[in-house]
Amino acid sequence: MNKNGKLLIAPSLAWLSIFFVIPMLIVVAVSFASRTTYGQVVFNWTLDNYIRFVEPLYISIFIQTLVVALITTVITILMGYPLAYMIAQLPKKWQQPGLILCMIPFWINFLIRSYAWVIILRTQGVLNTLLLKAGIIDMPIQMLYNEGAVMLGMVYALLPFMILPIYVSIEQLDRRLLEAASDLGAGPFTAFRKITLPLTMPGVAAGTILVFISSLGMFVVPDVMGGAKSALVGNLIQNQFLSARDWPFGASLSIVLAVLSLVLIILYYKAIQAQKGGERDAAKDVA
Amino acid sequence: MTSYAGTIAGFMTANRRGPRGAVIIRKGCDTKKMKDMVRLEGITKKFGDHVIIPTLDLNINDGEFLTLLGPSGCGKTTLLRMIAGLETPTTGKVILDGQDVTNLPPYKRNVNMVFQNYALFPHMTVKENIRFGLKMKNVPDEEAEERIKQVLYLIQLEELKNRYPAQMSGGQQQRVAIARALVNNPKVLLLDEPLGALDYQLRKKLQIELKNLQRGLGLTFIYVTHDQEEALTMSDRIVIMNKGVIQQDGTPNGIYHHPHNTFVARFIGESNFFALDGQSYALRPEKLNLCPEDEENASHPEPKFFGTVVDIVFYGTIDKVFVRLDNTNDTVVAYQYFDDVQRWKVDDRVGIWWYDRDGVMVENE
Repeated sequence: MNKNGKLLIAPSLAWLSIFFVIPMLIVVAVSFASRTTYGQVVFNWTLDNYIRFVEPLYISIFIQTLVVALITTVITILMGYPLAYMIAQLPKKWQQPGLILCMIPFWINFLIRSYAWVIILRTQGVLNTLLLKAGIIDMPIQMLYNEGAVMLGMVYALLPFMILPIYVSIEQLDRRLLEAASDLGAGPFTAFRKITLPLTMPGVAAGTILVFISSLGMFVVPDVMGGAKSALVGNLIQNQFLSARDWPFGASLSIVLAVLSLVLIILYYKAIQAQKGGERDAAKDVA
Repeated sequence: MTSYAGTIAGFMTANRRGPRGAVIIRKGCDTKKMKDMVRLEGITKKFGDHVIIPTLDLNINDGEFLTLLGPSGCGKTTLLRMIAGLETPTTGKVILDGQDVTNLPPYKRNVNMVFQNYALFPHMTVKENIRFGLKMKNVPDEEAEERIKQVLYLIQLEELKNRYPAQMSGGQQQRVAIARALVNNPKVLLLDEPLGALDYQLRKKLQIELKNLQRGLGLTFIYVTHDQEEALTMSDRIVIMNKGVIQQDGTPNGIYHHPHNTFVARFIGESNFFALDGQSYALRPEKLNLCPEDEENASHPEPKFFGTVVDIVFYGTIDKVFVRLDNTNDTVVAYQYFDDVQRWKVDDRVGIWWYDRDGVMVENE
């Protein structure tokens, strides 16, 4: 590439450094700072914020967050895979509309959608009213402000991120492999288990990364649907910055979360690479 | 090829005991008694309003190398897929070794297919690919190991058994695809243009290997191709199809020398067509002879047509001489060998003659 060619990437490079790299470095710096009584940040290069994180209270919030993220991921896989499979089996002209249906919720602001759930689920809400009127229950059920509600909100918000990559991997699967499996004596279920499932695992892995990492940082759902009872790391960070005015601690929590996400992404690429790398090495042998 | 024959014999004795074993031995003694292995009765196939196969009957003998030959879209692959069970005929029956399998799914039929692009499972090694069919049939481990070992030996890829398909060349993958099908001891092996993706040299080599394999195993092969040369070299019997209709069914020799109609004559090799006494005659270029227009007292038959040489093209062992006929203005081609006395140049006036036995009366399409 000549010198003028390199100039073409200058604007995006500048944009990224000003609005991404520098703020990121500021967060790192702040995480090693401490604060005055009134919330002023003092740069005295201390590890206190990280040491504080190891307190049982915060560790348990962290574990709680991981558990919620894990369960969310598992549920989205269990729900997303069949849905993605079904869309991929539709006639070609119906696949695109099917995917658009999955994405329509994105057209409405996420906060509004979360409040919509509140309207549906609260004690005087749509669902309870319906059940009461139908005589199925005598008293309104407490459906909001518990772990179940948080889980519901998370799955609702993140399901499309699972469906899309899985759909892509199923759609790319060579149908002739299934014909070959059938020809060799595999019934439809066995063919699915031995061929379709293993070959669409990259899609599941990509969806898992997207959903798991997104749910780690999620704070709107637990805030709106979980009430005060459910605090996840996302809420904790939000609180440190907005209510507790403890920016250094909030920054250190953010860094821990970011590092964890990074580690997961690296593990994911390592796994993918191990699969492809092996093939490449041996391909060299042949040549 | 001696080692090859030995391998095949070993493969047979180990795998073809019982009733099928008897069939092989009978073949070995060369006392062939033809038995129908596949019977297609009144097959029609429509996709929506689109008729692929109007109606078709075909019997395929046990131990036969049968080639379905035709241009793309002629219904040959559809026919093969119906035998495999991957397509269902709109009407008609598929009978395999006396059993009506029309409504059986592929995984319940004792036939195996070698797919056009091999369709090897990319996440399994060569050995796992070959083992797949045996696993599905719950073949005991010990027997499975033995059978895998033998087909690996047969296709000469033992040292590559732990490779993944992506780590092998096209020719190697093709052999694995054949091994994966053969290891199941199918009653019929279906091959859908298996050599189509390979280069010319390799194709030639594998054609011979496949033919030897089929002969050695005495297995029924149904082979689909659009390559007429491949069909002529390998087959015991060729079925030529066009637009879902069988144009001719016969031995390679019979089809080449006695095409029934203009389609077959045109599709297999080069042909010239002449109208004589209200009949069409097909003549192979090597059967056409040229003589000077004004030749007298010739020792050969009288020229039937006259024309002008318009072009001569050098083809190595032969010259192709193109002649425009006086009466129809059609151009015909005659092959002239180098040792021929008479050589021609453009604009020469020539007579065209042939022996009556070489002119094949053909029906118009």
